[in-house]
Parts: sequence; structure tokens; C-alpha cells
Amino acid sequence: MIHSPGTVLRTEHLDVVLGGIRILEDVSIAVHPGEVVAFLGANGSGKSTLVRAALGVIPPAGGRVTLFDEPLGRATPWNRIGYVPQRMPASTGVPTTACEVVRAGLLSRHRFRRGSKSEALEALGAMGMADRAFQPVQQMSGGQQQRVLIARALVRRPDLLVLDEPTTGIDLGTIATFIETIDAMRQAGTAVVVVLHETEAFATMLDRAVVLRHGRVVHDGAPPPARAEHAGPLHEHAHPHADPARPAGMLDLGVIGGQS
Amino acid sequence: MIDLLSSPLMQRALLAALMVGATAPVIGTFLVQRRLALLGDGIGHIALTGVAAGWLAGALAGLATPDAWALPGAMIVAVLGAVGIEWVRGKGQITGDVAMAILFYGGIAGGVLLIKIAGGTSANLMTYLFGSIATVSYTDLIWTAALAGLVLLVGLGLRGVLFAVSHDEEFARASGLPVTLLTMMLAALAALTVTVSMRVVGLLLVSALMIVPVATAQVIAKSFARTMALASVIGVVVSVAGLALTYWYDLPPGATIVVLAIVLYAIVTLVQSRRRHPDTSIDPHPDLDDDVRLLPVE
Repeated sequence: MIHSPGTVLRTEHLDVVLGGIRILEDVSIAVHPGEVVAFLGANGSGKSTLVRAALGVIPPAGGRVTLFDEPLGRATPWNRIGYVPQRMPASTGVPTTACEVVRAGLLSRHRFRRGSKSEALEALGAMGMADRAFQPVQQMSGGQQQRVLIARALVRRPDLLVLDEPTTGIDLGTIATFIETIDAMRQAGTAVVVVLHETEAFATMLDRAVVLRHGRVVHDGAPPPARAEHAGPLHEHAHPHADPARPAGMLDLGVIGGQS
Repeated sequence: MIDLLSSPLMQRALLAALMVGATAPVIGTFLVQRRLALLGDGIGHIALTGVAAGWLAGALAGLATPDAWALPGAMIVAVLGAVGIEWVRGKGQITGDVAMAILFYGGIAGGVLLIKIAGGTSANLMTYLFGSIATVSYTDLIWTAALAGLVLLVGLGLRGVLFAVSHDEEFARASGLPVTLLTMMLAALAALTVTVSMRVVGLLLVSALMIVPVATAQVIAKSFARTMALASVIGVVVSVAGLALTYWYDLPPGATIVVLAIVLYAIVTLVQSRRRHPDTSIDPHPDLDDDVRLLPVE
């Protein structure tokens, strides 16, 4: 792993406008090497948009993004970044094996050659999917497809791993294996940015939480205790798994983070 | 069969069919993956404007055969149209289906309008719309070989990144891949494929040769690479077989090739469906051992 002395991801006064609607407004955050940062917020708060804008998937309307202290663009070291989008985009279409999907994970602006089968099999093995490497992803469950996408990000051995709701649809056993893998990467110096609804799975390793509301950062500090963040005042939706014995609003993220 | 192969006309036509049959499904595989199966159709329509524009340019230049520039005209306009529509689509200013509709209507209208201005009639466009084996000259064959070679070289040489862009555009962007450039390149390759295939199957049916072999192959194959390879083989088989049929029977080549491809698709789909869902009307659980055995009555 290569350790960067600065930040792995930084946004400064980032604005994103989609279809004439301002999705992100004046978002400034920084992620450092080895840090595990959760992006939290209600649906539509701008978590995924922030991730997508930070990685150049959608263009910002204003502000600045730097990755590994390089401005987003040609100089960005793309091969050091692993990204797991929310879901497999091609559930139909041409049959595509898990191995083919993961091999594409090594492609970047600086590398037009796919990864080898052995590299792909190793990454799939880390996600418990080696035995399904040559099965079409179209025939897999949502959870299995998600594991393939995670393997595609891991195959790069990234220094920055960006995960957009990675545990959605994955069974508890696989989540445990996944968390172990992420923890090992974190200890080796990989920074992890993870968009979450539930922090429980990541609770033991989160260093920081960035909470968004209506496209603005309302909290950037210590992560909330597991299960509490959804009962706190920074969340505006009722959570189906909320502890009925714990009154809503009992925990205040502003108090936890030392700011509001 | 000897007669078939000894005819210079058929030799040229078979060679063209072979090249077109092998090339079209390669690009078609990427288009199917990108959910742009109808892009070839749209390009086929806009290429008609190119044919007429080439014809008009030939007439204005005083060429003895005004349609001599029809192929270059189709190639230039098809590439420009395909790249332009991909650019507009990429900007998010227009959805894919609306873009296709504009190509469809604009292409046909432009072709009919320009051919009239060039002093021709709509009937002059028929051989381009439906293909004509009699129009495959040595020059056409050289054009076909050059363009098919280029399409295969780029399409197969860059298949890794073209696959990445076709399968997951968001991930490709987050990997720093030049997605806009690659999607435009794919559109340009599709336009060249349409132009190459124009003489054999015609502009209206060219998309079928790009898509139907892929649809057949993906019923059988379980990977992207095998789907592409199998589709290419199917493309060659139906193109050559369809063309051979037109030697013995008075049939239009383009339509024969496409109908053959669709019949093959129907057969493969039916057989595969029977294999996946065997008849269980007699035994509802054929995969399980019977726990009751009927003994013959003594």
C-alpha cells in the first residue's frame, strides 16, 4: 500500500445541480489515509450524489474535488481508487460471468488491459464467490451480485475504497466476511468511504461520520453509536428496526459529535 | 455447389457476406449490452441520407455514375450522425428512444429529399434500403474488407474497455476511463458496420444482422466473450447460407439472411426452453427418486 501524506479525498465548497435542482450545496469534507468515514443521511439527502461527484461520475456545478491531492481529472491516480456502486447495472442483456465483471475492475485511464483470471478469482474468493466465478451474474441473487461488485473494487487493492450502501441485500454471514476484509484493508492503510443507512455492521471500525441533510453537511465528527443514528434528530424518517424501548430523539448526534 | 463458387459475382458476394456476417455481431454485442439494440436501425436510416448526399455530390461533380460516391457519403453521414446522437445523448439533453426516433424520421426524409434534388427518384434508393447482390463490385469488396478489418481491429482490440463502458458506465467513469470518447467510438464503429453491411442486407435490415445473432448466442452462451464469438459464427453461417439460397432460388438476399437468422433464433430458443423446462405432465418431480413403485398385477 502507498501511504499518502495528505488527504485521499477532499471536496471544497462542492455544489452539484442535477436537472436544475441543487442536490449538494457548499460541501467541504476531507478523508485521510487509513480513515473509515461513513456518509449518513435520509433518502435524498445527497449521500450517493456526493460520492458520485467526488469520483467524477457526475460533474460538479461549483467547488473543487481532489483525490490523493490531485485535482479530479487526468492526473487522478484512478488505479488507487476502488468504487462499489449501489447495484449491478446490467441484470439483463448479454450474459456476463462474475470473472468478466471483476477483470474489468483493473481497467482505468492509465491501464486499458483487463486483469488476469487469477487476480479476479482471488478477489472473488475474498468475497466467498470463487465457486461462482464463471456463472452469469444475471443468474445471481441481488446479494451475490453485490459481492461481485465488491470483488471488482477489491481487485485493484485500492488505497481509497468507496462503497455506496455495500451491505444492502447481503446475508449476515457474508457481511461478517466482508467487514473482516475491509478491516484488514483499513489496517493496511486503505481509506474507506461508505454510504450507509445502518452503521451497525461498520460500527467497530468507523472513525468519523459525515451527516448530510438536504445536500448540506450538518455533522462531521464522531460516528453515532450503532442503532442510534436513526433515532436521532438528524434523521427524518421512521426506521423499521428502531428499538421501541428507546424514545426517538433520545440521542443527539450534535452532542456526540461535539457540534451541531 | 461448384457453380456457386465458380461465379465471380457469387464469389464477391459470398466474401462480402462472410466479412459482414463476422463483423456485425461483434459490434452488436456491445450495443445489446448498452441497451442500444436499435441504434443500428437509426444509423441505417441516417445512412440513407448519406447515400443520397453522395449521389447529389456525384451529380454535382458531373460523374458518369452519380452513385459512385454513395458509399463514402453513407459512411461519412452515418459516422457523423451516430457520433452526434451519442454526444447529445451523453449530455443528457435527450433520451435514447427520442434520439432514435429523430434518426429514423430524419434519415428517411433527408434521403428522399436529397435524392430528388440530385435528379433521381426514391426507387434509386431501393437497392440501398434492401441490399442487392448485383451491386457488390470489386471496389465495394475492397471497401468492405478495409472497413470490416478496421471495425474488428478496434472492436476486438479495445474489447476490454468497450465491455467496461457497455456493462457499467458509472463504474467506467469512476475508473477515469474516457467514457464519452469510447461511447462515441462505439457509435462510429456501429456506423461503419452499417455502411459495410449496406450492400449485402440493405440499410433497413442491417441492424438485424447486428442484433439477431447476438440474441441467439445469448440463449446458449454463459459469458460475454462466448456470446460475442458465437454470435459472430452465427452471423457468418446465416449470411453465407442465406446468400447461397438466393443463388438457387430467386429470393432477395437481405431478407433471406434476416429470416434465416430469425428462424435459427426461434429454433434455438425453443430447444433451450424445452431443455430448461422438461415436460413434467407425467412425473411432476422427475429429478427425485420415486418412493412408490407400481408392481405389475399378477
